[in-house]
Amino acid sequence: MTKSSNGQRPFTKSASYKEWRSGRYAAQVERRKKYSSISFREQPDLVTPENGGAIDYDSELGYPGEYPFTRGVQPTMYRGRLWTMRQFAGFGSPEDTNRRFKYLLDHGQTGLSTAFDMPCLMGYDPDHPRSVGEVGREGVSVATIEDMETLFEGIELDKITTSMTINCTATVAFAFYFAVAKRRGLSFDKIGGTIQNDMLKEFIAQKEWISPPKPSVKLVCDVIEFCASSAPKFSPVSISGYHIREAGATAVQELAFTLADGLGYVDHCLGRGMDIDKFAPQLSFFFDVHNDFFEEIAKFRAARRMWARLMKERYGAKTDASCKLRTHAQTAGVSLTAQQPINNVARVALQALAAILGGVQSLHTNSMDETLSLPTEDAVRVALRTQQVIAEESGVTNIVDPLGGSYYIERLTNEIEAEAMEYIKQIDALGGMLRAVEEGFPQKEISESAYKFQLDVDAGEQTIVGVNKYQEGGEQDIPTLKIDQAAERAQIEKIKAFRERRDDAKWKDAMAKIESACKEDRNVVPVLIDAVDVGVTLGEVSDIYRRVFGVYSDPGML
Amino acid sequence: MTNTTAASRPIRILIAKAGLDGHDRGAKVIARALRDAGMEVIYTGLHQTTENIVRAAIQEDVDCIGLSILSGAHMTLFPELLEKLKREGAADISVFGGGIIPKDDIVALKKAGIKEIFVPGTHTQDVVAWIRTNVPVSE
Repeated sequence: MTKSSNGQRPFTKSASYKEWRSGRYAAQVERRKKYSSISFREQPDLVTPENGGAIDYDSELGYPGEYPFTRGVQPTMYRGRLWTMRQFAGFGSPEDTNRRFKYLLDHGQTGLSTAFDMPCLMGYDPDHPRSVGEVGREGVSVATIEDMETLFEGIELDKITTSMTINCTATVAFAFYFAVAKRRGLSFDKIGGTIQNDMLKEFIAQKEWISPPKPSVKLVCDVIEFCASSAPKFSPVSISGYHIREAGATAVQELAFTLADGLGYVDHCLGRGMDIDKFAPQLSFFFDVHNDFFEEIAKFRAARRMWARLMKERYGAKTDASCKLRTHAQTAGVSLTAQQPINNVARVALQALAAILGGVQSLHTNSMDETLSLPTEDAVRVALRTQQVIAEESGVTNIVDPLGGSYYIERLTNEIEAEAMEYIKQIDALGGMLRAVEEGFPQKEISESAYKFQLDVDAGEQTIVGVNKYQEGGEQDIPTLKIDQAAERAQIEKIKAFRERRDDAKWKDAMAKIESACKEDRNVVPVLIDAVDVGVTLGEVSDIYRRVFGVYSDPGML
Repeated sequence: MTNTTAASRPIRILIAKAGLDGHDRGAKVIARALRDAGMEVIYTGLHQTTENIVRAAIQEDVDCIGLSILSGAHMTLFPELLEKLKREGAADISVFGGGIIPKDDIVALKKAGIKEIFVPGTHTQDVVAWIRTNVPVSE
């Protein structure tokens, strides 16, 4: 290339990307040998219509609110309604968490999200020997219908939507919630909300279970079936990539395994003779939103398009509602650092922005102190305010899908979709997701990625500010939440008194009805709603599941 | 390692998950890193009681136990494990830990006899080096 007399280039134009890449670009020095995403994806230097950025607008994008929903599930997106700001909360007794719920609502939160403690999540009452030290620690302790009543005291179940993160005992929590609604005289079709109830990902990643995969999937689908007929505003499952990603999956693995889990439930429901268009509109999703900004945005866009295509092409869904992937997102807990914890505020803000540019319907932002303990009120407030800054100051909500048409984003979306579809084909070849999970296929893939990532961090190839770069000697001290041991004692006393008080004959009858519903492979949900109302506890239902469906234990694969 | 007291046999280690939570990413990554460093690693899998862990440690004749807890029950489960090791006459097995554990609790746990606690962000080679330096290998 010729230069002018003063050494500057005259106006010249490369004729193609190739010419630009080998000429002008190659003449300069890159900062690194390789540029990769956090998911080990090698990144292109520049994307143009010549190297993957070309778009077939109608088939790949379409308009927001229209198939294949790449640009969003609503035509107006955040111009119509902002996403639901839903901070996950739960600790101590139902009284403690009820106070936190009211605090969050008072500060402008628009939906609730309940974290249950480990005994609830594994099917033990507070006075069970396995519950020692765990009651109210990692979430709220809810073992009876009265606990659920206390948890939602003063909160209108037909006005505020609530999400409940609970899985192997989801049927019981669901029954508690709907039985409380019934006691308050509310009809089920008024109750909106979501229950996680996603067991396949439990075996893959979060690992709280009672029984083996097959009966676990049956229970998941009992709730789907019940909601399809009786609770049209409730999402009976939140098909979750969050835990899969947190366990170490790449973005593509998260996407592929999550959608494959969804297909697993769809297959089971169709096997019961259900009509796809009767239950698919109520399926909802939950993804992680991690550090790599554009990769995460592309992941959400690819997720919507893939699900829409799968519903229509694989299952013959006939309505838009069946094809819409509606999703909650949570910023990546695993990306937060115990070192220099205030930096986490910046990480969360960027991740939250990616979720919004990715078009999510609901968002939880993590608090800066969550690598140390459950969050304090102050830390949660900063996390909530972060969402409000994005929503009301940044301007990104003023336009629908502002990144649609970016050469890079569209190429990335296509690549992620293609790679995730490869995984889905592999899973199909194994005989579907239930089989793949039983064989440990996704578990193994995730373990590999987790280990590879750690080795990259150890080698300094992935930077974590404050951990393997820019470390400081002294520790930043921030306040952490202390959970009162008294909650455990109080919950134990409460459940003992509760059992004393209940009508023994009615309880026995209810227990027998649950057991026969399980044995006869009938839908357990209607039976449970009646049973918890006469005092059957979470641990007692779980014991029936253990007896009838068997107990699963960790194969301990490395 | 140019340790003059280098063991004639590999260190045997039990990586254990106690409590009800399912957070096994850290435990599995550490288990693999220790194995890659030449140690013999046994992994218990999730949701073990402290009784199970003590039994496995004695049966497998390990030199130390690495216990991972992210459920918040660390102040209950770590002391319980030490107590049960003592009761079974296996107090010579060193115990270290990992997980989301606040600083004040780390101080208390070390006082109670937990040899070291590693929190998120730890370099895997730091764990390897710590074990090589601090875990006595009996012949």
